Amino acid sequence: MNNENNKNRSLNITSIGDEVTVKELNCNGAIKRRLQDLGLIEGTNIKCVLKSPSGDPSAYLIRGSVIALRNEISSNIIIL
Amino acid sequence: MGLTKSSTGLNANDKSNKLNISSDLLDNSNQVIVALAGNPNVGKSSIFNELTGLNQHTGNWAGKTVTNACGSFTYKNKTFILVDIPGTYSLYSHSKEEEVARNFICFSSSNISIVVCDASALERNLNLVLQVIEVCPKTLVCINLIDEAEKKGISVNADLLENLLGVPVVLTSAVKKIGLESLKSKLYDLAFTSKYKAKPIRYSRLTEIAISIVEEPLLEKIGTKYNTKWIALKLMENDTDLITSISDYISYDLSSDKDLTKAVFTADNLILKATNKTSSDLIISQLIKKAEAIKKVIVKTTDKNYNNRQYKIDKFLTGKFTGTLSMLVLLGFVFWLTIKGANYPSQLLSTLLFGFEDKLYQLLSYLNLPEFLLNLLVFGVYRVVAWIVSVMLPPMAIFFPLFTLLEDLGYLPRIAFNLDRCFKKCCACGKQSLTMAMGFGCNSAGVVGCRIIDSPRERLIAIITNSLVPCNGRFPTLIAIITMFFAGCFVEPLQSIFSALLLTAVILFGILMTFLASKFLSKTILKGIPSTFTLELPPYRKPQILKLIIRSIFDRTIFVLARALVVAAPSGAIIFLLANFELNGIPLLTIVSNFLDPLAKLIGLDGVILVAFILGFPANEIVLPIILMAYLSTGTLRQYGSLNELKTILIDNGWTWLTALCTMIFCLLHWPCSTTCLTIKKETKSLKWTLVSFLLPTLMGITICFVITSISRLFGLV
Repeated sequence: MNNENNKNRSLNITSIGDEVTVKELNCNGAIKRRLQDLGLIEGTNIKCVLKSPSGDPSAYLIRGSVIALRNEISSNIIIL
Repeated sequence: MGLTKSSTGLNANDKSNKLNISSDLLDNSNQVIVALAGNPNVGKSSIFNELTGLNQHTGNWAGKTVTNACGSFTYKNKTFILVDIPGTYSLYSHSKEEEVARNFICFSSSNISIVVCDASALERNLNLVLQVIEVCPKTLVCINLIDEAEKKGISVNADLLENLLGVPVVLTSAVKKIGLESLKSKLYDLAFTSKYKAKPIRYSRLTEIAISIVEEPLLEKIGTKYNTKWIALKLMENDTDLITSISDYISYDLSSDKDLTKAVFTADNLILKATNKTSSDLIISQLIKKAEAIKKVIVKTTDKNYNNRQYKIDKFLTGKFTGTLSMLVLLGFVFWLTIKGANYPSQLLSTLLFGFEDKLYQLLSYLNLPEFLLNLLVFGVYRVVAWIVSVMLPPMAIFFPLFTLLEDLGYLPRIAFNLDRCFKKCCACGKQSLTMAMGFGCNSAGVVGCRIIDSPRERLIAIITNSLVPCNGRFPTLIAIITMFFAGCFVEPLQSIFSALLLTAVILFGILMTFLASKFLSKTILKGIPSTFTLELPPYRKPQILKLIIRSIFDRTIFVLARALVVAAPSGAIIFLLANFELNGIPLLTIVSNFLDPLAKLIGLDGVILVAFILGFPANEIVLPIILMAYLSTGTLRQYGSLNELKTILIDNGWTWLTALCTMIFCLLHWPCSTTCLTIKKETKSLKWTLVSFLLPTLMGITICFVITSISRLFGLV
């Protein structure tokens, strides 16, 4: 059995240069809507491009724009 | 609207949160109202400026425009009234500014929209385009910044997009003035001919069935007057704020209608059973995929690596060590340029203006004015104004353009990115660094800028702490004191470097105070947890440097001169009167300052300084001139010479290094100026929070000055 299937990987563990795909958004309400407005839905490609001096927030390339997200949001974006 | 003369000061109090268009305008069939919408930071304001000839200030960060601005232009004898609304990513509003945008697009009497897009970021922009077309079929898509896209090897097929959507599409570059005639022409056709017919946005068969389930009872209840398909969609998306607004608009309470609620429930279940998603998720993802598909056909990219250089720069500016370092160096450098650059004009102006004082006296004496009035005008009013113009104006006129340059480059969001962790620790919003940065220019504008912060609690924190960083008007005071008291022992070039370093230190102190105050507020009267926030880091843009500098210097100079006349001149007169009217043989000024002296001495100041700060309530830049005027009026020195001579005046009146230090700290930490207070009242609509904003910096200033004074006296340091 592959261990990875049981554990959900989230966006905040990515390092600069990693390209991943969104599996699902593990949040609700206004936060989810905000992410969707920025183009984050199932199957979206994301690339981590910057990390701030403290590591939080990090910036990601989403559909052509660079968006900074705090860890508490990116830890709820489940990736494949 | 940023930091133009029309957006700072009193004018930062935007007069129209709603749009007030007089009714005779609306009735005229030769006029149309056009909403200028789009994502943040796509150049809406530039397009607005180009079309209307007005001067909204633009800047490279999302959130620059937070108020509605109106302008108009004429084409083929028809008048187009443009409303520049704040940028928004979608019609689902999250912050107050996005709500302003959304409400205007959906509910105003304008039924024509222009959606401005960034050619390099079309995919996400198209999401808003589709949403706007759904609610407002008469939409024109303006794909801006094509010059930048071209540099990156991106090309857009506008004709194909026009075919796909059924709406007019133009390619523009506001900066290079490309495509604007085409824009006007197609807008005319859109508004006054039936040349264009928007293709309806179609969803999947399942979704369309679900929509019709909701639309059926809706049509029964409100008829065909309104766009029922759109309302049905919004009911399914369950955006409660919007539903309330819609209910108000159509005068029918949608959320309490049982049939509607039941229909929505049925529709939701249908979708859930078939796809395991909520209606909202399904609808949004279809729009996004549609935008993605459209973008794939109309955009061709020849160079995949165009952003690499930007990333390299950004990696440096946000790196672990280099990020913080570059911020400090940049800050110091800007201050050094300000100080150094202001020296020469300052000397020139003061020699000129103060040299003219005697001549002015002679000239005015020909008018046979009573001597008292003559003295009042020359030694009261004129002297203060001369002061403002020669000592206060040059640094302000230089700092502003420098700051604006940084803004236009796009550097400010990087600061927000770097500092977000600190703000998060204080339970505040990272966007506060942006509003704090605006406060450097003008605290009033900074307060208005707080509209970009979604959460009301965090917005309040940002508003209350905004005046803890010095505004443009306080910089010259700080610079003058630093130069006189702390850097005077050096000679050039060391002197200006040292001054810049000290000023940087003072500003850092102010920023530290902002963090502490924010933390304090969020632990006591504004308790709460930090909200989520997303920040866009736009690509760096090369600003039109010369145009920007010239306009900024011009703007600033006029603004300061006007303020000098309106505020400083009367203050000069007041000081003169206070110094020359006597009660029982003692000048009024002395009485007042003696009264305040004991309190002032406790905090390291003296009565005169305190009076000056109080009188400086309308405008911070007059504080230092008032202090000097007050000393001079009861002294013998008549002429102004170099800063060194000024230092003599101060020392003669009891100033020590402690006085200088405490004056600087109090300058940094005291009540906001009258304009800012008015703005705070307008933004918060609450006397309570205005009072808090007034008291917090004051109490902080008094406390810290008191502690420093006490310790210094205790240890015999002074």
